[in-house]
Amino acid sequence: MSEENRQYWRWREYHLVIPERKPKGSNIITAGVDVGSVSSKAAIMVDGQVYSVSIMRTGSSSSDSAKKVMEWALEGTGLKLSDIHYIVGTGYGRVNVPMAHNTLTEIACHAKGANYIWGPTVRTILDVGGQDIKAIKCDEKGKVLAFLMNDKCAAGTGRGMEVLADLLKIPIEDMGEMSLKVDEEPDPVSCTCVAFARTEAMGLLRRGWSREKVLAAYMRAMAIRMCNLLERVGCERDLVVTGGQSRNIGIIKRLERMLGMNTLPPPKWEENGLDPMAAGAIGAALFAKSLYEKTKSQHNSRG
Amino acid sequence: MRLIITYYGYMDGSGEYYIVVDSEKCNGCGECITQCPKQVLEITRTIVDLEEQLVAAVKEEHRKNIKYTCSACKPEKATPPCVSACGRKAITCIWKPKVP
Repeated sequence: MSEENRQYWRWREYHLVIPERKPKGSNIITAGVDVGSVSSKAAIMVDGQVYSVSIMRTGSSSSDSAKKVMEWALEGTGLKLSDIHYIVGTGYGRVNVPMAHNTLTEIACHAKGANYIWGPTVRTILDVGGQDIKAIKCDEKGKVLAFLMNDKCAAGTGRGMEVLADLLKIPIEDMGEMSLKVDEEPDPVSCTCVAFARTEAMGLLRRGWSREKVLAAYMRAMAIRMCNLLERVGCERDLVVTGGQSRNIGIIKRLERMLGMNTLPPPKWEENGLDPMAAGAIGAALFAKSLYEKTKSQHNSRG
Repeated sequence: MRLIITYYGYMDGSGEYYIVVDSEKCNGCGECITQCPKQVLEITRTIVDLEEQLVAAVKEEHRKNIKYTCSACKPEKATPPCVSACGRKAITCIWKPKVP
């Protein structure tokens, strides 16, 4: 692809199967499908262990995206959709997940997923998604205690980063690292709207700011907003970040600096599938297992 | 314990404004819905400890519009109707204007 036509915003879609978890005979196979505003995630679990994960861009139709991401998760597993005992849909587009047996809010799923990914010490989860930021407090079992959803618009979220990547012509995966290459933190951008932030960023470039400095100003503004949100629910250890921006080192580092608190680093998700971006789908698949076991035991007790 | 507190609202240069629903107190009666002049609220089905529970929530389409939709009811002079509608005190409203 020529430099001219390069799509800087395009983040990596992927699909991962963990062969050693291959289901045999009598396992419980469940799945979670999380249709977000920007990305769709699916996770297949065998007896509550992640077996397959897929992440792709959400298209114009939520139901098509749900179908596609689920098909992708099934690829290379030898499973068919009908082999899955229970599917839970979640996320912004959860009402449009056609194959789901049940739907749950993404809040419950993210808390459950984070508890699975990082363990019982997680108390605060910051989910930075494509179009909003959510702060969730949970107990040692991953049960939601408090939940705060903000905000009016998409600045300071994944979509905002995509816009900025295109504007500055920097591959989206490199933005976090690049934003840390400033000698001194600039003032944060003032705008909280993607459309205006774009104009503001262009203005800064024209004034001779380096791309690194513009990035730093933008990410600093994002981190401040996240901090404010966390203060409202009360930020307790351990803190984790889920959603697409969990990959953004520029945000994470700034957030940690402002809070004076480290976040738990993500596990090696490229190997074990415990991807913080897929926390919602993983949580949904875990709920699917519990719900399936519950329906089965009710069925049995009725004889 | 099924304590889940949900904050719907925003925080910006003008201050912070949240409509807060306490699911432990809410019994899903729906009285708040009838009192809301802008039809912002609805009763949703959530699963807590694998049991279904009905709880009041801000409709998905209003979640990013609270600044505008709910501005008339800001608790500056009177208690917002959704708050006074609830006999169980499950809904509260936080409005903290930013002092310049």
